[in-house]
Parts: sequence; C-alpha cells; structure tokens
Amino acid sequence: MTHVVKTADGGTFEPVLGEKAKLLNEHTRHEIDEWIGRFPTGRHRSAVLSALRFTQEQNDGFLTPELMDGVAEYLRLPSIQVYEVASFYSMFETHPCGRHHVSICTNISCMLNGAEDLVSHCEKKLGIKLGESTPDGRIFLKKEEECLAACTGAPMMMVDHVFHEYLTPEKVDKVLDELK
Amino acid sequence: MTGAPVRLFVPGDSGAVSVGADTVARDLAIECRRRGIDAQIVRTGSRGMYWLEPLVEVQTPEGRVGYGPVKAGDIPRLLDAGMLEGAVDDLRLGDVDRHPWMRSQQRLTGARLGLVDPQDIDDYLSHGGYLGLEAALSLSPREIVQRITDSGLRGRGGAAFPTGIKWNTVLEQPAAQKYIACNADEGDSGTFADRMLMEGDPFALIEGMTIAGIAVGATQGYIYLRIEYPHAARTLEAALEQARERGYLGDDVLGSGKTFDIEVRRGAGAYICGEETSMLESLQGRRGEVRVRPPLPAIKGLFDRPTVVNNVVTLATVPVILARGAEFYRDFGMGRSRGTVMLQLAGNVKHGGLVECGFGLTVRELVHRYGGGTATGRPVRAVQIGGPLGAYLPASRFDTPLEYEALAAMDALLGHGGVVVFDDSVDMADMARHAFAFCALESCGKCTPCRIGSTRGVQLLDRLVTSPDGARAADKALIEELCDTMAEGSLCGLGGMTPFPVRSALRHFPEDF
Repeated sequence: MTHVVKTADGGTFEPVLGEKAKLLNEHTRHEIDEWIGRFPTGRHRSAVLSALRFTQEQNDGFLTPELMDGVAEYLRLPSIQVYEVASFYSMFETHPCGRHHVSICTNISCMLNGAEDLVSHCEKKLGIKLGESTPDGRIFLKKEEECLAACTGAPMMMVDHVFHEYLTPEKVDKVLDELK
Repeated sequence: MTGAPVRLFVPGDSGAVSVGADTVARDLAIECRRRGIDAQIVRTGSRGMYWLEPLVEVQTPEGRVGYGPVKAGDIPRLLDAGMLEGAVDDLRLGDVDRHPWMRSQQRLTGARLGLVDPQDIDDYLSHGGYLGLEAALSLSPREIVQRITDSGLRGRGGAAFPTGIKWNTVLEQPAAQKYIACNADEGDSGTFADRMLMEGDPFALIEGMTIAGIAVGATQGYIYLRIEYPHAARTLEAALEQARERGYLGDDVLGSGKTFDIEVRRGAGAYICGEETSMLESLQGRRGEVRVRPPLPAIKGLFDRPTVVNNVVTLATVPVILARGAEFYRDFGMGRSRGTVMLQLAGNVKHGGLVECGFGLTVRELVHRYGGGTATGRPVRAVQIGGPLGAYLPASRFDTPLEYEALAAMDALLGHGGVVVFDDSVDMADMARHAFAFCALESCGKCTPCRIGSTRGVQLLDRLVTSPDGARAADKALIEELCDTMAEGSLCGLGGMTPFPVRSALRHFPEDF
C-alpha cells in the first residue's frame, strides 16, 4: 500500500513502503510524513535528520544498517545519503549503546569548574570509558558534547536531554543511581 | 485578602529549572493553596542573574520584589515572613529592576526577559510586542530594509556583517521564492543569549523573522535549532501556534495580504552547523559540510534560493528597531558598533549571567563590576571573548571597550558576546592546545587546513611543552606558520578562527610556553 504526503507548497510525495521501510514502526513513519510536509516539493531529503531521530528513538537509542536502509527506501533516497548523515552528527549512534545517554560537558566553563574530574569519577564508578556503555545496557557515556549553554551553572551534564548543573561527584552519583 | 490574586513569577528557563525552579513553583502553588491564598504563578524566562536562581518575584505596589536563590524548603518560612507583601528576609533582593546588576543595563533586545510569560501572546502584546511588525506593514520593503541599515545593526552571531546590506542583497534578487533562515545552533562555549531569548521571549524572534520576511519578500522561515535545546523547542512551537491562531503568521499576516510562516527544524549535534552554509546543508538533509562561497547565501542559499541567514539575537533585535526607530537604536553604542550587545559572562566568575548594554563597556567593568571577580577568589588572569575560537586578553588589557573595532585592533573579536573568566591558576599552553583539539573534534573535514592543521597543532603543542629549551623557538615559529595557513586557507570560521586563541595565548602569556 502506498500513500501520498502533501508537501509545504501544495505538491505531493509518495513514500515507498517496501520490505525495508516496514522495519520503521507506524509512529516513526507518521513522524517522517509530518516532516516531509514541512518542506517544499522535491525537498524530502530535508526530512532525513528528523527521520533518523525518530528511527533511533524507536530502536532504544541507536541505528542499525537495516533501519537506515528502511529510511532510505521510504524517502526514495540512495542508502549512502542516509548513512553519511548518520555518521556525521553526534546525536546519531550507529552502534548498540545504553538506554540512558549521559553527556558531561567538557567545554571551557565546565572544564574550569572541574568537569574532567567528573568524567574520571563517572568512568571509575561505571567501570567504562567515555564512548562506552555499561554491560547491563543502562548507561551510555557519550564521548563528546558541545557547550550546552548552561555555563553559569558549570560543571553540568545532560542526561536524556535534561540539564543537571553545579555538579559534584555526590550529585552525579545521585542522578546516575536513579536511572533505571 | 480580596480582589485580584497575588502574582508570583518563577522562571521556567532551563538554567533555572536545573537548579530546582520547577519544584519551587510547584511547592509555592501547593503552599499557597493550603493557606487559602489566591495566587497566580507565572512562569517567565530568566532575568539572567543565574547565581540567584531560582529567583522568585512577587508583584507588589512598589514593583516586582525578588527573592533568591529560593529553595523549596524556604517557602513556608518566606510565606510566614510576608513574602507576598514584599517583606524583608535574608533572601530578599528588593525591586529587581533596581538591583545593581539590572539597573545599569540597557535592555532592548532582552527587554522582556524574565518579565513576561513566554507562552502568552497577550503578555507579549502588553509589553510592546508586535509594534515593530505593525510599523513594518505601514512601510514599503525598501523602507524597512533602509531602517535596518540606518540603525547600524550588525550580525550578532559573530561575523558582525551589516544586517541591512545582507537584507538588501536578498531584496534585490528577482527570485519567486526566498527564505529566512534563523541560525539557532548556538554552541559556542560561554554563550547562552539565544537560548535565553527563545525560552524567555520567543515572540520577539518570531516577530523579527516575520519583519525580515516581509522586507525581503520571503514567505517561509526556518529556525535551525540545536537538538540540545528541547525546552526552547517547546516554547517556540507553543508561541508559533499562538501567532498563527491570532493571524500574526499565515497566508494573510495581520490582514496585509502578505504570507509568512515559520518551521522549527532540529539539528543533530554538530558544532559546525552554526556556520551558515553548513547549516543550510543540514537543513537540506545533508552532512553539515561547509559550502564554498561565493555564491553567497543571500544569492543562492537554502534550496539554492536567496536566503537571509541571521542569528537569533540579530532577528530578535529587529522588532525594537522598527517599533522605536533607527535613530533610537543607533544612539546606543560607540563608533561603528551601534546599539546594544548581549554579553554573556561565565567561567570562573562569581556572578555569571546576561549583561545587555550599549557597546563600549570595558572588560574590567564587565568582569569586576558585574561579575564580581572570580568564583575562586583568586586574581583574574585572562578572559576569552567570543567563544572557543575567540582571543584571550590578559588583565593588563582590561580597559579595552567591548565593541567590534577596538577588539579587532587587539587581534580579538567579540563573536557572539560570550566572555569566559580565568583565574591565575590557568595554564595558557593548555588553553591553546584546547583550541586546536576543539577544532579537530568539530571540523567538518571538507578543507585541509582545518581538518589536518588542527591535529598538527595539538601535536606541535604537545611537543613544545616537553621539548628542550633550544628547540622551542623553532616549534613556536612552526605554530605561527600553521596559524597563518589555517587563517588564510580555511573555508570557514572554524579553521579560520582557531588561530585567535592560539596566537593570543602565545603573545600575551609567553611565560606559559
């Protein structure tokens, strides 16, 4: 079954729902349609970033080659146009990783206020290095993070898109221990 | 008590929420209800006095009296003490507008920050909102652009390019379809003004973009918002919906027959997408790799159409210029830096936050009068101005006024207005290395000077600090040469500006190398 999506300037786009695209669940496909509709006709490639975001969410936080092929098929794009986007942006994970994404900001303000000690503290506490996940799949310690614009509350970290500021090892422990 | 409910204001800004503002707002509501007090709690943006967050304000006949930082546990005591009448307490800050930090500022772009409910278009309207758009609709496109040119507004994202000239270029393109692209990929360390504006006064940005659209003949705007700002995304979406419902966006903006609408598009985590051509690539669903200019985005931008690319602060400044006139705005500032600048103070500083005032405040005034010196209490040794690719200034140069030309004369730049403070324990060789490492990490990889030069820079600095005295001069010369190559040969500001922190560290702090 194919369906038609209306684009921002009144034209249409017909996604392909073949075997590969069927790996995307209904919610993901619905979201992708929404995003196709926000761009002019013929500009559905603009929806790739959003498509990958929802696809990653559907898969507990990381992308697989099969899922990326699904996005490519659905959007009628060569797979390489999806892979190259997934590998460029730090938000996309192309290897299995833990459920909760923990990013400790190590930019200047946070660095000046002890961020590097916090990184060592987390690595020791969790028994993993930056860029790795705990064996139980609970926590993923993300490798890099740009400044998160919370410099006045440095040092800070972001856990699943929630900011935590004025961190101390004790505060970090509390936040990490509460992650299920 | 009789009559109108007591009005209380608690910031919903993510900087305030992360230190407990949501809990404070909730407990305040519960405690008021328990005591039978008719209270209305308004969630505002932040005033930008982050060391006082959560900062609770109470509307009293004498003005808005502030208390802060308030912890949830303080609430029963504050209510007992008579906070709702503005009574004295250890946490009482007095009338917030007359607080020394606020009183001396000149808030134009950020005039409503912390004052209004960012999710309420009527609150925006009652604080001067949409007067700029109304004024713009009574003018011809050319006249709007002329006002922006006359105001002296220059791009606040870092490049300081005259906004009026950029708009005029787009206006003169005959294309049927043009775009406004707002760069909200704020990622420079030490900057947070974009986030504050989007969370605290999103309608100002929406109004500014609408005026830009009407001025240059664009019907569609895109806000490229970094993925790490979920709260700003929610605030913007809610504001856009209200603006559409009330006819400020859509097919017939305020009955003018003109069309303009805005979509928020989320990034995916790439510092480089703050560079305008890389941002346009990303908006088109590609890797955020920098484009070669020319053609300029104003001629061939998003989807190859003429596009105005401006930063959040720039666009949010447009309404006040249209509402109060180019002369009003131009009268602030000094030299060729007209109007006000949003300075963001952070790092090792006692009082961090947002300071908006006319260009020309000195570094010393900012760091000491506003910032109160370092958080550690040690002497200030340096500041870095303009993000991770900005120059370092030593304390001996703190009389430099914060404006474009004076900083350029010092081989520095204002960038997006972030100022990060360092105490005397900082190792500047380490900071120079950090700049190269940052560039290496965030390089999009398209051009060689940036991609390879940054990595070579890290290696050179590692060698320099361990090499014998005799070899150092040669290594320093090599670093200078590498900086030349990066500055001259890089496609965009990432590689092109990395030499700023490196060279300034070498020049002003030679003893550290």
